[in-house]
Amino acid sequence: MRRFVLAAGGILATFGTLLPVQAQSDGVANWLATMRQVQREGAGNRAASQAWSELTASADAYQLPAILAALDDADPLAANWIRAAVDTIAERHVQSGEPLPTAGLEQFLHDQQHNPRARRLAYEWIARVDPAAPDRLIPQMLNDPSLELRRDAVARVIADAAAAADNSQPADAIATYREALDAARDLDQVKLIAEALAMLEQPVDLAHHFGFVMDWHLIGPFDSSQGVGFDAVYSPEETIDLAAEYDGSAGRVHWLAHHTDDEYGSVDLNKAIGKHMGVAGYAMAEFLSDKQQPADVRVGSGNAVKVWLNGKLLASADTYHTNDVTDQYVGRGELKKGKNVILLKILQNEQTEDWAQDWKYQCRVCDPLGKAIHATDRPGPGIPKRPATAQASTE
Amino acid sequence: MLHSFPFRALLTVAVSCLPAMLPAGDWPQFRGPGSNSVTSDAQPPINWGDDENIAWKVDLPGRGPSSPIVVGNRVFVTCSSGVNQDRLHVLCFDAATGNQQWERQFWATGRTLSHPSSANAAPTPASDGESIFAFYSSNDLICLDLDGNLKWLRGLSYDFPKAGNDVGMSSSPLVIGNTVVAQVECQGDSFVTGVNKQTGEPLWRVERPREASWASPVAAHGEKPGDELVLVQSTTKLTAHDPATGREVWTYEGACDAISSALVADGVVYVPSKGTTAIRPNSTGTPEVLWNESRLQPGAASMLLSNGRLHMVNRAGVLTSAEAADGAIVGRVRLEGAFWGTPALAGNRLYAINQDGAGQVVELRADGQAEVIGKGKLEGPIQASPAISAGALYVRSDKHLWKIAEH
Repeated sequence: MRRFVLAAGGILATFGTLLPVQAQSDGVANWLATMRQVQREGAGNRAASQAWSELTASADAYQLPAILAALDDADPLAANWIRAAVDTIAERHVQSGEPLPTAGLEQFLHDQQHNPRARRLAYEWIARVDPAAPDRLIPQMLNDPSLELRRDAVARVIADAAAAADNSQPADAIATYREALDAARDLDQVKLIAEALAMLEQPVDLAHHFGFVMDWHLIGPFDSSQGVGFDAVYSPEETIDLAAEYDGSAGRVHWLAHHTDDEYGSVDLNKAIGKHMGVAGYAMAEFLSDKQQPADVRVGSGNAVKVWLNGKLLASADTYHTNDVTDQYVGRGELKKGKNVILLKILQNEQTEDWAQDWKYQCRVCDPLGKAIHATDRPGPGIPKRPATAQASTE
Repeated sequence: MLHSFPFRALLTVAVSCLPAMLPAGDWPQFRGPGSNSVTSDAQPPINWGDDENIAWKVDLPGRGPSSPIVVGNRVFVTCSSGVNQDRLHVLCFDAATGNQQWERQFWATGRTLSHPSSANAAPTPASDGESIFAFYSSNDLICLDLDGNLKWLRGLSYDFPKAGNDVGMSSSPLVIGNTVVAQVECQGDSFVTGVNKQTGEPLWRVERPREASWASPVAAHGEKPGDELVLVQSTTKLTAHDPATGREVWTYEGACDAISSALVADGVVYVPSKGTTAIRPNSTGTPEVLWNESRLQPGAASMLLSNGRLHMVNRAGVLTSAEAADGAIVGRVRLEGAFWGTPALAGNRLYAINQDGAGQVVELRADGQAEVIGKGKLEGPIQASPAISAGALYVRSDKHLWKIAEH
């Protein structure tokens, strides 16, 4: 907290030009510090409310960069208090016809050390008062850590590529689409680009692009009648022994290799293990990393899931058939150099409705911004699909 | 252990006893001032279109099945935007001109996934006449004053991380006494909570069945403030709670609809259960079942009540009217399309907007028959329920907010 107060004071000194600036700066820093102390279940709300009122009544627009800086490491609750203050102060100035300090906001925007959402907020206020700002600023942000700023930049490149295609310049279109593909992180934009490239006879290996894990070892089913399997610890959670056999809910089970050719890495356990209800299955993949690095293990599944990386539980959800989308559950972890072990537990309940019969998952490994991290032994993109190997089975 | 309660006073003036701060004509919450989708205000026009009876139309920055609410001369709308629906908006418009007064944005702190047809801004905000209580599928609960000043905020999924439903959640909040009630029923952390409306601090939290419910809590006002109850509907029961403490006062056990909500009038609770079931609370803790009619099946839209008759639109788009006294069906009329939003009623005119944006105005006659007497078309899809205030109909889509009125 002390570090934040000092930092806010420093930014205020940088952007502030009027006296009694120091006293006001101290007030702003203190009010922001109070807002940053809100905690779960409404703790700190009363003090934050008072601080918010005083901040928004007192702060001038030139202090917006300092207030935005308070978002840098604010927790999600505090961030919303601060964001509302930024919007209130900026809106008041715009409605009263006073100028916003766009130079200071632009300086804040260009400093990628600041919180991506705070930078996006700065950009949106700049763009609101400066119609030329998007054309001036967005093209520089194709690889920005703010996914929202990046998305706007990617959209422009996609438009350029589409224009090239419309003008019968396929080589330019392909190169421009590929530039957009490299930068795109949002699923809808990637799909759009891939479809356009396919039209130009340049198919995209989506599984490789996203980093879906395609090769697994599967085992199951284990009992999860009445949902008991979510908390139950079966042998594969304790020890990974690919040669071992266990008592499953429908007989002896053992690990079998499984490869999926689905372009989104989907593994259908109803086919790979068999159609069962009220069961748990495990999926294990070894992942070779060339270095120690932060990594997300992201899973999509309409089934209850648990996600471990090297024995550490990263994500879990004890819900069934609510949705089934890419990146539904994001497990934040770290890959170590060399061999890593991804273990998933995927559970099917006992609902009888037609829409509740899926037992499947998809899983990818990526950096925190969503760029694929590929295992060092993974084939490159565009490699012809391999035939599916033997499927897991029960005896 | 259930407790006795002053039942003679209970639920007797549910429609007429409204929050003290609200002037007549407000539409302050989901299904209007009495949670029955009925207003005594002047009737909006019966026809509208691009060049007819559109007082104003404004663009919205995001999506939302949430309904507009009207407080005084202002209209409030919530939206959600962003590729992950993680940006939450609250907007205020001048009711007379449509000019935007202010906008506040927040970032979702809970899960934002939903079925593609829904959005994070699914619950309708509520107001006590002094504040706006905006709620979202991500279980972010935000209190602003009418001028857009932030009073407090809560992240209920931040507090209870397993609270969420990737289909989307849609229970609208309810202001009752000093409490804001938020219903969060899902497969994970499932609960209903009462929050101090001045500070956002928790007053109580009651665990609920771990099953998804999209129904909204409704108030049962009594003759005195202390008589107020909040009714909370799950898929297996409907319970009544003291809004100050959360104490359970009575329970109706029975399968209830997961989407359409209950209605209270004249001491009777009409529950979307096994069709429709009318119950009357008593001192035993188990309400008396007055009648059940399996053919009265509300769809996603909730039922209405006016002049002693229930009205509801089923999944096939059939509007059915029935006597509130015994459930006897007195009329049916087939409307065009399918409905997510609950129609609104002014006088004897029912305003229904289907999911494609086609509006139909139905005249409800004393003999029980009903006739479509007017139509309007707006750009859909529209999932929100319309609001009526001062002779105007307010309708929102994912892109626009319209005021339909003679001008």
